[in-house]
Amino acid sequence: MPHGPPDLSLFCPHAISPMSDATAPPLMSALAAPPAGSTARTSASAVGDRIYQVIITLCALGIPVLLLFLFWEIGKAAWPALHQFGLHFLTSSKWDVGGGEFGAAPAIFGTLVSSAIALIIATPLAVGVAIFLSEFAPDWLRQPVAFLVDLLAAIPSVVYGLWGVFVLVPLLREHVMPFLRDTLHLGATPLFSGPAYGPSMLAAGLILAVMALPYISAVSREVLRAVPRSQREAALALGATRWETIWDAVLPYAKSGIVGGIILGLGRALGETMAVTMVIGNRPEISASLFAPGYTMASLIANEFSEATNDMHLSALMAVGGVLFVITILVNAIARWLVWRVSREANV
Amino acid sequence: MTAMSPTPNVPHSSIPTPIANRRATARQGRLRRRRVMNGFMIGMTYLVAVLASLPLVFILWHLLKAGAGFVTPSFFTNMPKPVGETGGGMANAIVGTLVLVGIASLVGLPIGIGAGLYLADKRGAPLATAVRFLSDVLNGLPSIVMGIFAWQLLVRPIGHFSALSGGVALGVMMIPLVTRTTEEMIRLVPNSLREAALALGYQRWRTSLTIILRTALPGIVTGALVAVARVAGETAPLLFTAFGNQFWSTSLREPIAALPLQIFTYAISPYDDWHAQAWAGALVLITIVLVISLAARFATRSRFGPAVD
Repeated sequence: MPHGPPDLSLFCPHAISPMSDATAPPLMSALAAPPAGSTARTSASAVGDRIYQVIITLCALGIPVLLLFLFWEIGKAAWPALHQFGLHFLTSSKWDVGGGEFGAAPAIFGTLVSSAIALIIATPLAVGVAIFLSEFAPDWLRQPVAFLVDLLAAIPSVVYGLWGVFVLVPLLREHVMPFLRDTLHLGATPLFSGPAYGPSMLAAGLILAVMALPYISAVSREVLRAVPRSQREAALALGATRWETIWDAVLPYAKSGIVGGIILGLGRALGETMAVTMVIGNRPEISASLFAPGYTMASLIANEFSEATNDMHLSALMAVGGVLFVITILVNAIARWLVWRVSREANV
Repeated sequence: MTAMSPTPNVPHSSIPTPIANRRATARQGRLRRRRVMNGFMIGMTYLVAVLASLPLVFILWHLLKAGAGFVTPSFFTNMPKPVGETGGGMANAIVGTLVLVGIASLVGLPIGIGAGLYLADKRGAPLATAVRFLSDVLNGLPSIVMGIFAWQLLVRPIGHFSALSGGVALGVMMIPLVTRTTEEMIRLVPNSLREAALALGYQRWRTSLTIILRTALPGIVTGALVAVARVAGETAPLLFTAFGNQFWSTSLREPIAALPLQIFTYAISPYDDWHAQAWAGALVLITIVLVISLAARFATRSRFGPAVD
């Protein structure tokens, strides 16, 4: 049959996916178990096995212990500020180092807004690329495109920042921002009003969109590939066009996994430091305009930490780090859970 | 692939009544709309693919344009020079990055490989599932949080910045990466190898270390290289740990220069000389990172690609 989607198993990128589960035939593993334990056990081998088990278990336990330790250390350092300011720390927008008053609201606002811009831009691109690669791309184009998108994840954040400072920001200042504001007359809306400095929430959102793109696209691709072929074949057999097959049969099946990928991208965007610090303008104010400079939690820490003047300032910065830590942990946990759910269904 | 048009437009010419004709025309119209939509959306995915491929091309092009002229032999051998003097280099930063990555590997590789062995061995055990999940979560932690953690742990008690603290911060970031690649690579080792070794009377630990680990070694080395490439480009964890150093230092107890830190310092400075140096440094950094990533990609594909399916 010449019809039907291309054989996806041919396309095997190196990406470490949570679902490439080359399960061994049950018979083999059943055979493997008994002889090892019962037959040739001397006391020496038992000791060796036990030592080996203890060592690898300790290494594995190192990961949860490390997370707890991180939480404990940062929590301990952040405690004085959290204790003194309480919830006010999250809602106040007064960050006054000299006066000893710390409210992280502008930084939290900036983090959420810049990440939201990033996702709004990156999601359609990333999911579109994933659909292209898994469904429509001719074979000769598949590898190069996947490669160009995947490699975005390998570029160091500081290089994005450098490119942002010297290429993106001037471009925004001289062309894009005046165009949006004056030519398209969007300046009347608060989102696109105000002077075009260049370093801005918009610049941060754009850089973050490029940085989140490969993560969302990689996960979406994996998830689309995990959609059973029968799902596509059934839709095509009913007379659906290729796009209808994707839209009505494949995407609904892959939805929660793709959402997982988007949330994973969100996790990356929330914690991104260097590139954002270099293009966002670092001004602790809440503004409705995307043209205005802003601040994020990560860039606040990056800018002020090594010059922290007193213990309370330091503790407040630690508290910002703690908030960021908790938010990204939650976001990542949700993302992994969603992706894992889809892959589990695919593997069953 | 050839077009997949399902062509259900049977003309029904055998029933020449007006009603049937009208129905047929309506169906034709709907079908045309659906086909147009199909073509349009497929076209859109092509467009999106082009758009998504552009950023990397742009970034690489600008790096080459602005940086290539300044990557000279002296860039690798000279120390940074004050503003206004030409011929400065990043020798100390390049060596500093090597030192930091070395420490990171000492911290990250043994723990990561050990944990990967455990995960591959215990697969479905509750602890393995939890560790696998937490390692993914750890992998998603912002690097700046690693930075303040390492500062709190190793800089604050000692009282000054040090290469050691920076290396540890990077090493912690390597652990989840190495863990997951090791697990994946060990899973690719055919079970028959393990069974053969066990059947010959090998103990489990010797089977794991000499047969399984050794078979998976190329893959694990590749994974380790990818992890190294990733942390080598990290700046945020080094801001308050390794801190950077304008002078030559390889001491683990002193602040040390690093390529990404130096790029950052130069990029946010107001001097054109330093901007040029930043571009050159970025070009060197990205070349290192991309060469490792590419090599790893091709190495894993040729070795394991066809075998997986």
